[in-house]
Amino acid sequence: MGNAAHGSNYINAEKGLMSWFTSLDHKRIGILYFVTVLFFFLVGGIAALLLRLELFAPNVNAAGQAVAGAIFKNGDTYNQALTYHGAIMVFMVIVPGIPSIFGNFFLPLQIGAKDVAFPKLNLASWYLFMTGATMAIATMFLNKVDTGWTFYTPYSIRTSASVSLMVAAVFVMGMASVLTGLNFIATIHKLRAPGMTFHRMPLFCWAIYSTSILQVLATPILAITLLLLIMERAFGVGIFDPKLGGDPVLFQHFFWFYSHPAVYIMILPAMGIVSELLTTYSKKTIFGYTAIAYSSLGIAGVSFFVWGHHMYVSGQSELAGVIFSFLTMLVGVPTAIKMFNWLATLYKGSIEFTASMLYAMGFMFLFVIGGVTGIMLAVLPIDVHFHDTYFVVAHFHYVMVGGTLMALMGAIYHWFPKMFGKMYNEALARASFVFVFIGFNVTFFPQFILGGMGMPRRYFDYIPAYEQLNKISTVGSWLIGIGFLIGLVSIIQALRSGAKAPANPWGCKTLEWQTESPPITHNFSHEPHVTEGPYEYK
Amino acid sequence: MMWLFSLINRANASTFMPTEGSDIATRVDNLYGFLIATSFISCAILIGGMIYFAVKYKRKSDNDKVAYITHDTRLEVLWSVVPLIIFLVVFAWGWIIYHDMRKMPENALEIHVTGRQWAWMTEYKNGVKSPDIVVPVGRDVKIVLAAEDVLHSLYIPSFRVKQDAVPGRYTALWFKADKMGEFHVFCTEFCGTSHSAMITKLIVISQEDFDKWLIEESEISTLPIAQRGGKIFNTRACASCHNVDNPSVKIGPSLFQAFGTQKALEDGATVAMDENYIRESILNSQAQISKGFGPRSAMPAFQGQLSEAEVTALIEYIKSLK
Amino acid sequence: MSTSKMINGVPVQEHFKNAHHQFDTAKMGIWLFMVTEILMFGGLFVGYAIFHMMYPEMFAEGARFLDWKLGFVNTLVLIFSSLTMALGIHYIQMNQIKKAVWSLAITILCGAIFMVIKYFEYTHKFHMGIYPGNLLDIAKLNEHLTQVGLATVNSTNLGMYFGFYFCMSGLHGIHVLVGMGLITWCLIRAVRGDFNPNYYTAVEGVGIFWHIVDLVWIFLFPLLYLVG
Repeated sequence: MGNAAHGSNYINAEKGLMSWFTSLDHKRIGILYFVTVLFFFLVGGIAALLLRLELFAPNVNAAGQAVAGAIFKNGDTYNQALTYHGAIMVFMVIVPGIPSIFGNFFLPLQIGAKDVAFPKLNLASWYLFMTGATMAIATMFLNKVDTGWTFYTPYSIRTSASVSLMVAAVFVMGMASVLTGLNFIATIHKLRAPGMTFHRMPLFCWAIYSTSILQVLATPILAITLLLLIMERAFGVGIFDPKLGGDPVLFQHFFWFYSHPAVYIMILPAMGIVSELLTTYSKKTIFGYTAIAYSSLGIAGVSFFVWGHHMYVSGQSELAGVIFSFLTMLVGVPTAIKMFNWLATLYKGSIEFTASMLYAMGFMFLFVIGGVTGIMLAVLPIDVHFHDTYFVVAHFHYVMVGGTLMALMGAIYHWFPKMFGKMYNEALARASFVFVFIGFNVTFFPQFILGGMGMPRRYFDYIPAYEQLNKISTVGSWLIGIGFLIGLVSIIQALRSGAKAPANPWGCKTLEWQTESPPITHNFSHEPHVTEGPYEYK
Repeated sequence: MMWLFSLINRANASTFMPTEGSDIATRVDNLYGFLIATSFISCAILIGGMIYFAVKYKRKSDNDKVAYITHDTRLEVLWSVVPLIIFLVVFAWGWIIYHDMRKMPENALEIHVTGRQWAWMTEYKNGVKSPDIVVPVGRDVKIVLAAEDVLHSLYIPSFRVKQDAVPGRYTALWFKADKMGEFHVFCTEFCGTSHSAMITKLIVISQEDFDKWLIEESEISTLPIAQRGGKIFNTRACASCHNVDNPSVKIGPSLFQAFGTQKALEDGATVAMDENYIRESILNSQAQISKGFGPRSAMPAFQGQLSEAEVTALIEYIKSLK
Repeated sequence: MSTSKMINGVPVQEHFKNAHHQFDTAKMGIWLFMVTEILMFGGLFVGYAIFHMMYPEMFAEGARFLDWKLGFVNTLVLIFSSLTMALGIHYIQMNQIKKAVWSLAITILCGAIFMVIKYFEYTHKFHMGIYPGNLLDIAKLNEHLTQVGLATVNSTNLGMYFGFYFCMSGLHGIHVLVGMGLITWCLIRAVRGDFNPNYYTAVEGVGIFWHIVDLVWIFLFPLLYLVG
């Protein structure tokens, strides 16, 4: 990469692989996460394609199922594949994804800081993350885990799989997540450049700030829950096991007390990115800056009190169900506010359809559908029918893939010139969007209908009535696969032979574009002095 | 108002929901129809608006004039309050239906359903056991749920009801079937290897047929021993893993013409498939595993689950499979 | 990047304006971490509360086997150690490094006393057959109780109480050990002369950690030993 720039930058400042693994530079650590998270995304994605392949037709041993039949001898293999798909995608891709890659790289740049508050801790977080990830992958070579990513008791206590190691892995990755969040909160509070008031921060920083609060406050509960699960398996302490009078439903309460806020850990950073992309590519100031900023905090706050909506049919009391349903409706409001603000941002703008903008608009399209189906699921009797069916599967994929992953892809293209100092091929990038977007809808829209028809999730086999829609869904998954493959090709192609990127190719107003591409090691040659908001397009 | 109802009806017709088997199911579908209609309108506004703006304000030159609009309080209040009102309406509407779903009727016909890996077992007050849930039409039925090993969840799509079965406590659901027929019953809480095979039928018949059926079933003890074994074979869902009319493998080995043959075991030994071998395989399924089904057998152990007479009947049934 | 520059004898990382700025930020980070620690123990306390409500007699029976005197001594030891920890920081602020080193050493010693007492409590229980959860050997325990002429155990799920006891006190014990390690690290750095009244971030941070660990014990002691 010697020809990237004449001057020194963070990439060529030091040479050799070891200089990357020992670097305290937030930008280099961001790149470490970038490479590792993309790798895990590939692993989780392959698992997903295999799952869809198996579901191409009912009855795995039937003719025409040769490939799937060879891989999935029985339900066990399938259950293991779905566990790894879920656990990898949640704990190793979507939760760490945007904060660890783009938060690390761009949060200090956007607020005009030289680094995050605790650079050593930042590198330690990556090593913790990798330790946890290695432990999780190691279980694949021991007794493959078959509990699903939720580890529900008492199944997770009884099964002979390596649940303890897997759970310990999630615990360690959780620590990495806590330390990253803590680092970002301190960074935002203490390291903003002169003049960078809270209300002049880019919306991505606001989103990361809300996310970090969730990471710090919710993850410890997951940690203790997982420790207790390990104790349960080792000593049978009886807290989650009915044998000693324990309560398996308590595990669900504890688990969702983390995992519901975790849903917002996954989506809030994506919302931040979409705010950046929409204003950049319409060359127009964001509509309702304050509303978007505070709705992130609002969502974060309310998200702690809605966990019970995962448990309407678990045996919790009717009153609990009613309260959780009500509170869940309240989360819908700040989300709706954001959607309308984004729409209003486009009004009378000057819209350029770069790949990033396409991904941002794809996000809006899919997230609206994810959102309205989320409201449906919050309605008590509707959820009783849809709970644990493919409707839920479709809903959270619309939010997690249609939301978070679309934003992640948009962010990759948006910030690629800054991160690597090279331009990408716009045609290839747009092609990846077209395939991912169409493939996504073909895969997941039929699953709403399947869920309505009553097809339960985590089913290795299904009744013949569900066959047609499952076939369509599987074909869609191939399109998504092609789309992401094109995306990967476009990134590799850009890294190898992309044209040199100017400092500010998109005409952005935020600080990260006011320094060179790629940035110098100390980010800015002069400490920036901020005098106005981040989106003053006039 | 009329247009709204016609919209709900149209949405209802195209929801692909399963047959409505009860009054509650119809009420759920009406609410769902309303949700689909409002969702469709919101999608039309947001997605339609996005596409309209994208086309209309497509960049023409780098020097396009753009508006500078930072906020508009009236608009923002509007799009906060309107969704909130809609959310509260569907919340309340949902609450009313949910309350009726959860309020157990008095004088209902009480049936016990127990989930275990991987079959449902229905038990009636007079002691009759059945793998299917058989209920009379037009009568309140309360199902008391229990689980023997891990979490299960009883789901009857046509009735829009679902309830987890939790080990260590009882849960319940109720419904009133308003048409006769057979309906699917699924397990929807992940429970291991054959989770997706934990399917059974809900059979709704007339009150007279139901009464007759109960009496017939309770007379089972007078049947010849092998036939009784066949009944137990079905009740215990053995048939979901073992074929009885052809030699092909399902999840476990076929039992067709198997009695008396020599059986190769996982550890390399060979054993005669006699009464004692079958007995041990039922009660302690991990002891001597057939070749190709190890290292752990997927079959649950029935030690303590079956009476001595039931084991004998099962063995006699397997002997009769010629 | 974080290369350090020296300002008034204090190593200040490049991205901070001055020593004060760096100290403030570090302290904020440590407090945030303490929040996660408290929440983690909070999960255990919630579990304890729920099951205490469900099975009060089982918890009462379990508490019978804990010696409140030993717990009380341990409480005093930890409170005293909190005092010496605070003194350690105070002496560094006064630039009396030698006294600070002694205070830290006493703090470590208190931690050690606490762990030794815990060790005797644990081994005594193992000796009677008291293990957590399924491992609780009720037959052995009852045999022991009859020998010494005490009433035998009634609760069938007593294992759960000891599940809580060992998980809560065990997790706390691990924190005490980690705390002792961290204080030792501070002590070595103090002896080496790393700290002065302008620079003592590490001791301050470890001190906060140690106080929180003590605080957790102050909740654990009555819940496990006294409330029952």
